[in-house]
Amino acid sequence: MMNRLFFGIAAFGLFLTGCASNQNDNISRLSLIQKRDELICGVSGKIPGFSFIEGDGSYKGLDVDICKAFAAAIIGDSEKIQFRPLTAAERFLAIKTGDIDLLSRNTTLTLSRDSFGGNGLTFAPVVFHDGQGLMVKKNSGIESIQDLANKSICVGSGTTTEQNINDTFESLSLPYVPIKYQDLNQVVAGYLQGRCQAMTSDRSQLAAARSGFKNAKDHIILDDVLSKEPLAPASDGSEQKLADAMRWTVFALIAAEEQGITQSNIADKVQLAKNNPQLKSLRRFLGVDGGLGEKIGLRNDFVVNVIKATGNYGEIYDRNLGIDSDVPIPRGLNEIYSKGGLHISPPFN
Amino acid sequence: MSKNKKIFFQILLVFGVLGFLGILTNNLIINLTRTGIGFNFNWLTKPASFSLAEHPLPYSPSDSYAWALFMGWMNSLKVIISSLVLASCIGTLIGFLRVGKNSFFRIITAGYITVIRQTPLLIQLMCWYFVGFLSIRNNSFLNLSNVVNISNKGIELFGLNLSSEFSALLFGLSIFSSAFIAEVIRGGIQSVPVGQWEAFRSLGISEKQGFIKIIIPQALPAFIPGLTSQYLNLAKNSTLAIAIGYADIYAINDTIINQTGRAVECFIILLCSFLILNLSITKVMGIIDKSIMKTRI
Repeated sequence: MMNRLFFGIAAFGLFLTGCASNQNDNISRLSLIQKRDELICGVSGKIPGFSFIEGDGSYKGLDVDICKAFAAAIIGDSEKIQFRPLTAAERFLAIKTGDIDLLSRNTTLTLSRDSFGGNGLTFAPVVFHDGQGLMVKKNSGIESIQDLANKSICVGSGTTTEQNINDTFESLSLPYVPIKYQDLNQVVAGYLQGRCQAMTSDRSQLAAARSGFKNAKDHIILDDVLSKEPLAPASDGSEQKLADAMRWTVFALIAAEEQGITQSNIADKVQLAKNNPQLKSLRRFLGVDGGLGEKIGLRNDFVVNVIKATGNYGEIYDRNLGIDSDVPIPRGLNEIYSKGGLHISPPFN
Repeated sequence: MSKNKKIFFQILLVFGVLGFLGILTNNLIINLTRTGIGFNFNWLTKPASFSLAEHPLPYSPSDSYAWALFMGWMNSLKVIISSLVLASCIGTLIGFLRVGKNSFFRIITAGYITVIRQTPLLIQLMCWYFVGFLSIRNNSFLNLSNVVNISNKGIELFGLNLSSEFSALLFGLSIFSSAFIAEVIRGGIQSVPVGQWEAFRSLGISEKQGFIKIIIPQALPAFIPGLTSQYLNLAKNSTLAIAIGYADIYAINDTIINQTGRAVECFIILLCSFLILNLSITKVMGIIDKSIMKTRI
């Protein structure tokens, strides 16, 4: 019996070593990615419009294009990516254990997740401004949150969604029954099968899920918006260099849209910058001079690589969520600031 | 090797293992502190601020994380114990029919065991829940004058309300384990030498009497080890609850990890809980085994 106990303890000890060991302690994550010549990017893989696996096994969506932009900036090739589909609950551990380099998985930026004493992550700028909503069946007679008193609501566990729905109902002193599933597809199945009268998630995800329903018109998304959900890519908080590279890659996408630089005219813009020494800010932005890329551990012309690979932010949005896409979501808050939205880039100086 | 030498090596081993463990734990804590997470259990007393669909004792979101975890543990125990009882009953019945004289039942039970054992439990659970319970339309399937009422809200039995999540998990786990238990029972019965059957038959004892009084008592000791491992599996398999929305300890842990980022602490709690539960199951089965052995002498 005692011997068996020792073996048990020893095995547990080995498990702890697994937790504790941190290889490549002295090399930054950014150089590690460049050395590996491949970016490991955590995505959801289950949300049409954001990250979804296509019939041929490739990934498509806004979150996926953001990953491609990062790979184009860091490695110089947007195809050198390994996608890892992760559940909501797995995602943070995957970063902390170093299984993935970064997360581009519709993750809400919150204080707890960003902080040193919380999840210990660091966030790139917001790539999609979302808000939590509720979807109900049109014929249910439910028109607002008040009508949901004592009803069951399907919700994904391990998400801010779960906390928001609770905060909202608590503050309104409304009782409700949460039915928690681990994965959005199960939430949808539970809702469609009638286990709950409503399902809750970010409004973009509700729209994406509804696009796959047989009778999409029989379901309505309530007008109540329960929360702000700024979705942003994330990486390990102790990796300053990678965080800088990610931050300025996202800003580059936004800045390119502000300046009207697109996938199709980027080559002309580079020529223009090279031929006209007086276009100081364009030359800095495209890496003709200024040496900005070097300062964040990237090539000076990383912006050119990024725009060639994915286009600017507006092009990424239109490709995945635009009017002609499979999951049309009005741009609203996701316009650039000059058109009344929230996206703005600090100067590339 | 002399006795003293043996003791010396034992002590050396103890210190070696403890030292090794100490270094690892220290290493883990240093790493966690470096990454800013730290290692402590203070968060357990903070309010959980999430609600639960099922809780056997009063619970509100303003209660502590510790209390929420305890509710999860109660939910887990509820489903583990009831599945354990139900699986044993079904398994024993199937096992007896499997070795019985009626060839119709023998074929049916063989089919049952084959199908259940060759398909993954997760898929069976999903099937019970999404295809079984939730697809019951017009809200009622079986309604017997307020005694039993099965609907997509779950089962109502003598006024006792079982949610569809609990019911699906209970049926899924019980039926899955019952197939394995049936095989344990069959193996146990077949381990009794054929001579024993021939002996009681030649004494003119009826089949039923002989089976109950001669065969079963001799097969019992062979049941115990197999049953113990099936019960341990059942307890561990109950963590698949999260797939079908049942608030067991693993599901609640999942939520807490998301809210607090305390993955290491939560998994230690989870591992210890299951270790304690399974050690208790092993202990109880050991006691049962001993008492059976005593009656045989």
